[in-house]
Amino acid sequence: MTEKIVLNMITQRSIEEGVAMEKGKTTPEYFEACSVVEMNPEDMKALGIWRNTNVRVTSEVGSVIVKAIEPTQYCPPGLAHIRQGVWANQVVPPRTQSTGVPQYSGFPVTIEPVPSEKRKGALELVQGAVGLWRGGK
Amino acid sequence: MPKIVTDVGCPYCGASCDDLEILVSDDGKKILEVYNACAIGNEVFHHASSPDRLKRPRLRQPDGTYQEISYDEAVDYTAKVLLKAKKPLIYGFGSTNCEAMSAVGRVAEKSGAVLDNCASICHGPSFLAIFDNGYPSCTLGEVKNRADVVVFWGCNPMHAHPRHTSRYSIFPRGFFTEKGQRQRKMISIDPRETETAKLADIHLMVQQGHDYELFDAFRTVLRGHDIPDEVAGIRKEAILEAAGIMKNARFGMIFFGMGCTHTDGRNHNVDIAISLTRDLNTVAKYSIMAMRGHYNIAGPGQVWSWQFGFPYCIDLTKGTHAHMNPGETSSIDLAMRDEVDAFINIGTDAGAHFPIDAVKHLRKHPFITIDPNICMASEISDLHIPVAVVGVEEAGVVYRMDNVPIQFKKVVDPPEGVISDEQLFDRVYLRICELTETEPTWIPAKGHAKAPVTAGQ
Repeated sequence: MTEKIVLNMITQRSIEEGVAMEKGKTTPEYFEACSVVEMNPEDMKALGIWRNTNVRVTSEVGSVIVKAIEPTQYCPPGLAHIRQGVWANQVVPPRTQSTGVPQYSGFPVTIEPVPSEKRKGALELVQGAVGLWRGGK
Repeated sequence: MPKIVTDVGCPYCGASCDDLEILVSDDGKKILEVYNACAIGNEVFHHASSPDRLKRPRLRQPDGTYQEISYDEAVDYTAKVLLKAKKPLIYGFGSTNCEAMSAVGRVAEKSGAVLDNCASICHGPSFLAIFDNGYPSCTLGEVKNRADVVVFWGCNPMHAHPRHTSRYSIFPRGFFTEKGQRQRKMISIDPRETETAKLADIHLMVQQGHDYELFDAFRTVLRGHDIPDEVAGIRKEAILEAAGIMKNARFGMIFFGMGCTHTDGRNHNVDIAISLTRDLNTVAKYSIMAMRGHYNIAGPGQVWSWQFGFPYCIDLTKGTHAHMNPGETSSIDLAMRDEVDAFINIGTDAGAHFPIDAVKHLRKHPFITIDPNICMASEISDLHIPVAVVGVEEAGVVYRMDNVPIQFKKVVDPPEGVISDEQLFDRVYLRICELTETEPTWIPAKGHAKAPVTAGQ
């Protein structure tokens, strides 16, 4: 058991994300589909957490609280996946290697358990980042 | 009696399925059932009928709340923002029709804007590789009728293009592929065991970010040279086995996706994939295709290449010529260097899909969202202009991922008074002309609906 673990992060599509996104980004479905990090059970064990524990994911640009779940599509140890969307983009580095495309996949993140902290909603994260979040619903 | 509308196009992913059937209510206003669509396409159509659709533009007030305004006021606001800005950025277009992409060209040129589309954060590197190395591609029809070896590299169509395998690439029976899936060998190359990888005959679980090395190993083997015992986390024997299948194809197909363009290497990964395709063509017949994300994200590449000579990252601020240089004129880089002083988000959601730091930079300046739905971008905008949903409430031309144009249908009317993207851009263009006291130049095709409104002709 350790307090932190460093994993390689990728952020890509999933059908759960696609369906929820079309339903609406302010819906509970979108929240549940995208505010999760998929990681191998071995890595969870190394971190000393059970599945469905909230964790803080920190990259070179920022951090976000998401729920650690067992991979719905197998992820080898060392690799983590947050589905594309609002939560993923809190930690995606905007560096583009002069191509225009941010580093959506393949960047190091530190993951630490924060079982007592809550995940933020999509609106709170995005409006909060630009000073428009008024709280409430 | 509810009626069925057939041969409807689906406005979601790049597979651009055009075989949907939609059951519409008696009065032709509500969508009751969606047939043939995947789970996501189904949601797109049902969501369009949702009662909470916005019907008028909303302008942000000093207290932070939104207030409804008229389309005329929204058009005036947008025109003035574009004229006032030194370097406005108009970005998006994954989810609209080619008519709107053409209409925005006039607006961007007239106001001296940077014009960019979702390829900028998606298959942009593929464009760079294609410029350098060519694009030996084909249509999805050819894949269906001919392909007996299909490679999915860094893409997961079972999740991102749910009907791709059943309509085009793996399951369908075609002219030379009458046995369907049984006749095809499927290879998946992905760092995760995705649903697509589970379906494949061979899954090479490449070490994430090491795609270039694996492509290189395939090229080395195909040229008859030896490789190390392990490359990119894959054993030599597995590489040899996959290479053997690939070279024995009658017609092989390589599909590639974000696994190549979103990670280290970017355009170089696609470049070597094209070179591998060329090598394979010395021993078999091979083709390659980018798994484009949105149903019409191939559209701006077509329309703007024709209008301006470039598919994306088009800087029109110089006023004399179009200039394209990803890294310099790409949306994310412009945002991160804080070089743009106004932003229009259209037919996409930069609020959810840009890295948050880029969103913060863009939000320092006037920020306008043009989108039928409430999304993250609309909720942080100064102005949100709702429009008709293309493919549901507005017809138009879309380009499928293989660059085949398809005429999409209109299924139901938009909410009363809601206009299309194309109408909106035409009105913004006219308003810019009024404000600058210049004559609009339409140059419509002969017989086009826009021809009669041409002033002074």
